[in-house]
Amino acid sequence: MTDPAKITDLKVCSLSHPDPEKIKQELIGKYPTKVARKRAKQIVVKRVEDEDKVPQIGANVRTVPGLIGQRGCCYAGCKGVVLGPTRDIVNITHGPIGCGFYSWLTRRNQTDADAGPDGANFMPYCFSTDMQDEEIIFGGEKKLKQAIREAYDNFKPKAIAVFATCPVGLIGDDIHSVCREMKAELGINVFGFSCEGYKGVSQSAGHHIANNGIFTHVIGTDDAVPEGKFKINLLGEYNIGGDAFEIERIFDACGFTLVSTFSGNSGIDDFARSHTADVNLVMCHRSINYVAEMMETKYGLPWIKVNFIGAEATAKSLRKMAAYFEDDALIARVEQVIAAELPAVETIRAQILPRTQGKRAMLFVGGARAHHYQELFKELGMSTVSAGYEFGHRDDYEGRKVLPDIKIDADSRNIEELQVQADPTQYEPRKTAAALQRLAAKGIKFAEYDGMMPAMTNGSLVIDDISQFETDLIIERFKPDIFCAGIKEKYSVQKHGIPLKQLHSYDYGGPYAGFKGAINFYKDIERMVNSRVWQYLKSPWQKNPELAATYAWQ
Amino acid sequence: MRKIAIYGKGGIGKSTTTQNTVAALAEMGKRVMVVGCDPKADSTRLLLGGLAQKTVLDTLREEGEDVELEDVRKKGYSGTLCTESGGPEPGVGCAGRGIITSINLLEQLGAYADSNDLDYVFYDVLGDVVCGGFAMPIREGKAQEIYIVVSGEMMAMYAANNICKGIVKFAEAGGVRLGGLICNSRKVDNELEMIQALAGKLGTQMIHFVPRDNMVQRAEINRKTVIDYDAEHPQAQEYRSLAKKIDANEMRVIPTPLEIEELETLLIDYGIAA
Repeated sequence: MTDPAKITDLKVCSLSHPDPEKIKQELIGKYPTKVARKRAKQIVVKRVEDEDKVPQIGANVRTVPGLIGQRGCCYAGCKGVVLGPTRDIVNITHGPIGCGFYSWLTRRNQTDADAGPDGANFMPYCFSTDMQDEEIIFGGEKKLKQAIREAYDNFKPKAIAVFATCPVGLIGDDIHSVCREMKAELGINVFGFSCEGYKGVSQSAGHHIANNGIFTHVIGTDDAVPEGKFKINLLGEYNIGGDAFEIERIFDACGFTLVSTFSGNSGIDDFARSHTADVNLVMCHRSINYVAEMMETKYGLPWIKVNFIGAEATAKSLRKMAAYFEDDALIARVEQVIAAELPAVETIRAQILPRTQGKRAMLFVGGARAHHYQELFKELGMSTVSAGYEFGHRDDYEGRKVLPDIKIDADSRNIEELQVQADPTQYEPRKTAAALQRLAAKGIKFAEYDGMMPAMTNGSLVIDDISQFETDLIIERFKPDIFCAGIKEKYSVQKHGIPLKQLHSYDYGGPYAGFKGAINFYKDIERMVNSRVWQYLKSPWQKNPELAATYAWQ
Repeated sequence: MRKIAIYGKGGIGKSTTTQNTVAALAEMGKRVMVVGCDPKADSTRLLLGGLAQKTVLDTLREEGEDVELEDVRKKGYSGTLCTESGGPEPGVGCAGRGIITSINLLEQLGAYADSNDLDYVFYDVLGDVVCGGFAMPIREGKAQEIYIVVSGEMMAMYAANNICKGIVKFAEAGGVRLGGLICNSRKVDNELEMIQALAGKLGTQMIHFVPRDNMVQRAEINRKTVIDYDAEHPQAQEYRSLAKKIDANEMRVIPTPLEIEELETLLIDYGIAA
């Protein structure tokens, strides 16, 4: 049997590439002085000085107009990312039709339609109020009410959520009063999100608004405690390409009881009783840490950071979870599961490794994926020469220890920060202070996330909110073997002759989480980085012209 | 065809002044169309003898795409043509967007076409130029000439100055010009001199000083302009001379708006100190 620890024994690949400091100067050299000054803070060469000290990076700041960036809008973060993957809430976009349509399942969130008690699944539907000139002028509240009533009459959902788009904020439709009125009229939960696209500097604002809304209107509304031992919630997992299915399979095998996922393969009933779980596990720190923190304050659930991207990371996270419950039988069972799963992973990895070893990746995506997927590349013997987030904050790069030092700017102040207190009846600390100390001594960190930078190799280039120009330039200079980003970047990167793996949607692949997901990823990446198709990108006559000539005057 | 927009602080008397002036122009034999750009839709009440007009936006909402010009344009006093944009109830929707939609529709319906044989189009616009929608009448050459109704009260002058800033913005891109200030008297001390001085600083003229007279109120209660209600009254003469001055006006300028300190100094010099 393979030793589970073996995967970590990989040699860290050396970074044989041009001097990153020089590249940084080249990147900002093209910009006007003010832009260069701003971008210089957001482009950082990773160096570790003391044990845990990483350089400071500029993040969660406005994109400079004129730079082609990757970011989405506040509405995309709220409706598309956080609430979109929930199957039995009718999500109505209040706005012109495009906002609703283009945020509809573009992330390939999957769901098990039969998992809910009533088989309700509204994800295959796109609900929109389809605002027209008339609603802009005379106000859209009436049409919104009508849409809510129609949705209720046709589908009889347990809950309806309303998402505001830009024009709704401009004309001042009061979606929250409409929701309250409809909630009273229909007798189901109806709640709204003021997630107008223009709010904040990126989709990150929308995540926060989604967290606030789901916390205020749903979490804690059902005190029925689900049956089962070792009750957990998984936060920041969106079931892209079926990731949640694989993670759930592993949880089941280990004996964990999953109360709710936020929000991959989820239903609203799960959200409503999620406060009865024993611990919150946070995957994507950026998009969901607000709920984790608020639940800890109000209900007493601690949270720990986990990562199920990468076989080794999965094993590590499972052990952490087992250790949290301090149950010997559980710890043993988790070890059994890991021991049973890893050999298959290791066999495939051993086959593939010679064909991927030493290759180099770049990841510019999300607020967590650019970090998590480095684990999988490490397992393939590949190095990450450059990475960055689209909408991450400083804590996602440098770790939560920098939180007290983060300057709150006007853009962040525009997003409501809920004041949460311990609930007089529902608050119940899951662990005594002594137990928490005991666990901390064993190395379990609560409410901690170290960020992406500590996990990266010295000398790698960290770029926040990368622009198209910067993307083109680092590809030219580093010539990576694979680039990970999203659909907006895919084709321009491929024109450089570099394959691009979409990590927002996994292209057509996945799952990539857990043990089986790791195998899928190894295979897909091996195929991509060894594909010969890219060498045919240049036509033969571009490489070797058949005719050579000079001008008469030469 | 001369296209004129009337702006000014809310409540200053834009609609009353516009309709009385239009009535005087009609009396002179001019063909005039009034486009009310106020969601309250009260810009043509005195010409039509009541709020009989169905607004462009309401018609558009009820009839859908099938709107005829006759549905939204009614004949008023002495052959004047009256339309009202209309708009949402207070506190709802976007009235500015409504005006844009409404003016576009009127254009498509041929309200401005040569066949109408119009001498004048008057746009009566609500309050200050608070957003892009209310600037619509002065954008893209829709109105070429602007008159600002003002009084000797500080806030009215402040609003007039602000409107001038809007005119400057659109004057550079389009052809809009300021024709002058119309002083609608509030019987403030030194009002005439003060507005003349303000006009001078703005680089324009005070085209007429309309004295305050209760006859205007009486006529309004009877849903009529002064000219219609009591043609011989001195106040009717005032509106006739305003109409004549506008008809003869050749002065079109890009205004030079004042700094707020300058405006306050003006008030002190002519108002309190004098």
